[in-house]
Amino acid sequence: MAGIISWGSYVPRYRIKVEEIASVWGMDPEKVKAGLRIQEKAVPDIDEDAATIAVECARNALAVDVPSDPASADSSSSSFPSSSVSSSSSSSLPSPLAEHIHAIYIGSESHPYAVKPTGTIVGEAIGVGNDYTTADFEFACKAGTAAMQAALAMVRSGMATFALAGGADTAQAAPGDPLEYTAAAGGAVFIIGKDHAVAEINHTLSFTSDTPDFWRRAHERYPSHGGPFTGEPAYFRHVIASTKKLMHVAGTTPSDYDHVVLHQPNGKFPARAAARLGFTREQMALGMLVPLIGNTYSGAAILGLANVLDNARPGQRVLLTSYGSGAGSDSFDITITDRIVPVQKQIRPLQSYIGRKTYLDYPAYLQKVRAIQHT
Amino acid sequence: MAVPKFWRQIPALYNLEGSVCGCGALAFPPREVCPKCHAVGLKPHRFRGKGTVETFTIIRTPTTDPEGENIEVPARSIPYVMGIIRLEEGPRLTAQIVDARPEDVRIGDRVELVFRKLLEKGPKGVIQYGYKFRPV
Repeated sequence: MAGIISWGSYVPRYRIKVEEIASVWGMDPEKVKAGLRIQEKAVPDIDEDAATIAVECARNALAVDVPSDPASADSSSSSFPSSSVSSSSSSSLPSPLAEHIHAIYIGSESHPYAVKPTGTIVGEAIGVGNDYTTADFEFACKAGTAAMQAALAMVRSGMATFALAGGADTAQAAPGDPLEYTAAAGGAVFIIGKDHAVAEINHTLSFTSDTPDFWRRAHERYPSHGGPFTGEPAYFRHVIASTKKLMHVAGTTPSDYDHVVLHQPNGKFPARAAARLGFTREQMALGMLVPLIGNTYSGAAILGLANVLDNARPGQRVLLTSYGSGAGSDSFDITITDRIVPVQKQIRPLQSYIGRKTYLDYPAYLQKVRAIQHT
Repeated sequence: MAVPKFWRQIPALYNLEGSVCGCGALAFPPREVCPKCHAVGLKPHRFRGKGTVETFTIIRTPTTDPEGENIEVPARSIPYVMGIIRLEEGPRLTAQIVDARPEDVRIGDRVELVFRKLLEKGPKGVIQYGYKFRPV
């Protein structure tokens, strides 16, 4: 069955605490932390963007020795035959798997260019050659899972032997906006293939509507949002409907899942949605990262999935539901296979990035997010 | 850096692609002629991206641009560290050292390749990506 062959994740080194931001705006940090259930967030360096984050994730995903013979995995049916890749002028590639990736889809709401794909930068940086298709995805915080669904469709249809998809963001928030406490940076990518899956994707589906809860107009630097409107008619309606629909299609109940990951714009929303859906705190534990890294937007739900993959055991079942404003949710029903064990030993774990951190004060944070500059 | 020049250097900037001679000599950036035996016909060689800090300096003054173009990334990054990195395979190169406070960098530190923005040619120009290093 088609599924995830490998994965890679990344979170920048810099952090800012809720206390530091709250002190600037005269807010009570304990009230903010209790309301948002967040301690600190990850901040990108000045030279990081969605492309550099996606490249680090992709290189991590390729830094594993899997599978034994990717060429045998149906490459003959691909529209982008790998044979021409081997004629590349480059003497060596960073990974054999890279030669067989025929589609790259990166989701983000902070693509570095308005016109020019992030996917080509990633493709070049991981050495896939030229025989691949790419396009950038945008759907607020669920662009990464939308990209994964497209990658899965490419693989299932035989148009790609392997496809690389995921999300990466350097989220923006206006100084003083409540989003400033949560808007963070990070990403995760997944290599999708028909065989050799470490995590089989049993089902995936979506629930989508035209709901203007959060947006950023063209040429605007910071997003706008509908305040409390982002809750019930937006996040909760879509996450709950999509998750219920998935369990109906899969014939499962909440207790069938070992790990559950829901999109996490803050710590409060996914906890509430989980309680309404019947999931326990234990099921949510591995996939809940927002208290320590913030909302990484297109990276948020799938960083939770990456942390689950870093730690899951064969046979375990995983439910993932993303949410993107605008609005929609994508849900995935996933089963971990025996193949994950050797990959887990080689993969660079997400916790290695979450654990190494340098705290910024507010002026240093403003410099990193380009709100102030040395003259 | 002009756009065509940057485009030609993408293999070296993104993936540390240098060259290898039949005599075994390695070079970075890539060479047309072997610096050791002066043979031609060198082949591409990708370096692994691991190395050590041979020496470094701290840049505290915003860079000026002789071409009159905006060099957004380094200008906003001061103070930052520029180092001479000796790759495990032998060749040395000059690169920025990121994810480290200037006061924490030491000669002999082990570093690894990262992919970062090098330059932005103003709000309208191309973004140049390439290699930097961070402490392991």
